[in-house]
Amino acid sequence: MIRFLTRRRGTTRADWTDWASWAYLALGVLVMFGPVIWLVLSSFKTQSALQEFPPSLWPMGPKQVVLQGTDRPLPVFAVPQLDGTIAERAMIRRVGIEGQFIDPADPDRRIQRARLANVTPVRELHFAFENFIEPLRQFNFARYLGNSLFVTIVATAITLLINAMCAFALSKYEFRGRNGIFLFIISTLMIPITVVLVPAFLIVTGLGLGNSLWGVILPPAATPTGVFLLRQYMLTIPDELMDAARMDHASEWRLFWRIILPLAAPALAVLAIFSVVWRWNDFLWPLVVLNRQENFTLQLGLAAFQGELQTQWHYLLAMTVITLLPVTLVFAFLQKYITTGIASSGMK
Amino acid sequence: MSRGPAALVSRAIDWPFEALQRALGAARMPYVFVAPNLLVFGIFVAAPMILNVWYAVTGGTQLMPGDRPFVGAANFAELLDCTNHFVVATCKQDRFWRAVGNTAWFVVFQVVGLVLISLVTALILNRRMPWRGFFRAVFFYPVLLSPVVVALIWKWILQPDGVLNAVVVANGGTRIPFLLDPSWAFIWTIVVSIWAHMGFYTLILLAGLQAIPSDLYEAAEMDGTAHVRVFWRITMPLLMPNMMVVLVLALIRAVQSFDEIFVLTGGGPGTATQYIVQFIYETAFANQTHILGLAAAASMLVGGVLLVLTLLQLAASAQAKRSEAKR
Repeated sequence: MIRFLTRRRGTTRADWTDWASWAYLALGVLVMFGPVIWLVLSSFKTQSALQEFPPSLWPMGPKQVVLQGTDRPLPVFAVPQLDGTIAERAMIRRVGIEGQFIDPADPDRRIQRARLANVTPVRELHFAFENFIEPLRQFNFARYLGNSLFVTIVATAITLLINAMCAFALSKYEFRGRNGIFLFIISTLMIPITVVLVPAFLIVTGLGLGNSLWGVILPPAATPTGVFLLRQYMLTIPDELMDAARMDHASEWRLFWRIILPLAAPALAVLAIFSVVWRWNDFLWPLVVLNRQENFTLQLGLAAFQGELQTQWHYLLAMTVITLLPVTLVFAFLQKYITTGIASSGMK
Repeated sequence: MSRGPAALVSRAIDWPFEALQRALGAARMPYVFVAPNLLVFGIFVAAPMILNVWYAVTGGTQLMPGDRPFVGAANFAELLDCTNHFVVATCKQDRFWRAVGNTAWFVVFQVVGLVLISLVTALILNRRMPWRGFFRAVFFYPVLLSPVVVALIWKWILQPDGVLNAVVVANGGTRIPFLLDPSWAFIWTIVVSIWAHMGFYTLILLAGLQAIPSDLYEAAEMDGTAHVRVFWRITMPLLMPNMMVVLVLALIRAVQSFDEIFVLTGGGPGTATQYIVQFIYETAFANQTHILGLAAAASMLVGGVLLVLTLLQLAASAQAKRSEAKR
């Protein structure tokens, strides 16, 4: 049993521990990705398709054909033929318990009658793209999307700038109070927002930032993790570069802006990715600060929408897919930076 | 110097800072650099920390600190006021105690599950195999999803007509109201929470495993040491620092669980999945009457628990390091 958990080195022969590992990983793929894939598949289903039980895997809808001489699409049914086979026929009219069917391939042929009890509707793949368009038009989702983008972009820019400035001072200068300041910043890691919810709300309100996106952006802009990550990286940049520039009478700001900041780009990239993900996903703090609908971020909009309109799953699922899209793109393209960032700094 | 709009913008950014340097001198520039960050920390983290104490010892529903009457320890007394401390229903704030109880059980199951599953996953991902990067990414993906998205994904799966119930029915069972039954809802908040966060802890443990020098394993293999011994004598001791980090973080975050669960169950059915942060949030903001003092008092108790947890774990990890050095 334990052998299965210890690393195997050097052996080439596959034994049962390999099979067990593969089984575990296959199950992992199913459990981790499955729910998300199920969400995406479901988001393309029409409202009526979503109410089916048991649900179909793919988004299916009734198959319809448009024929000359008919004003609207005709539903297609599987109709048993005289020779015992079953063929796809379009229904042109229903009379009581019977329907009148024609062969869509040859509309001139005569009408076949069949009892409705004997026919089944034919279904085909049908993607309900209107699920994605309607909420953006009918409800405020375009607005929420804009708010989320604004918060994410502005907050990330501010976070990068002020954290980099702070990390620069802490890593490249000797000054009174430096260690105290560093300790103070690191100790704020211990004060989660949940503990200071009430007074933080008061301060934001007192500054006139209540119910504004700036009230969401500013308080978490200075992050101890960001300062720590950038400081550790900047410590590795040799000071000689700065001394050379000082000889040329460059100002301290220029040393930061022109020399250190460009060299710290890899660490800044990691922090930028983190910040984008944090801000895009943020929920509790915006929930406290924002209480007018038009200022909601996407996350708040989604949460409110699911509370109000339990039944509108077709819109809700589509908007959830839109919400997870940016993060999924970040994941697909920048996954390596995130995993190395966490592994090297040990924080999220 | 290059010309053009980019250079102009860059000069415009340089100018105020260069003016500051002329005014203050180069030696004071570090303070200018740390100022914005410290300002934000001071205003939005340190000041609230102090104000929180004032809220906790004042009463009423006024938001402005000056308008709030001083009540001393009354808020704490109200939270702790029970005629029988073993029966939740006899407490004045039974909602608080229910939340505390729920959170305690949640933390126990969630943290144990989280650490065990992350450990097993990290050990498996540490084996030599093709597509390791892909599998590592698979387990990490849910970490990036927002709590609201996580909650909605699972709400859709767990609903009475959902895909999980389709599986149950297909296997001859009857539909289970997963989120409407108190025990099931509680179990699912744990499962969903582990699902959403395990990738992060797996990554930290994996980094620890990969830092273990491979010659230790080679030496053990040459000696023909049993795998059980290798695991307990090499892997686990050397992984201990990372295990401690994982344990602290998992504990601290589990105590603060809120978002996914709030959207998934809303704390229900009844109060079955109402955890402590939801109690604080609802007491302060969601109810008709904003009982800020009570919320602040509760949040100070939570802060105290978090502090104790952190110190305990730091001590434990220092202990682990010392015993390691002895060996």
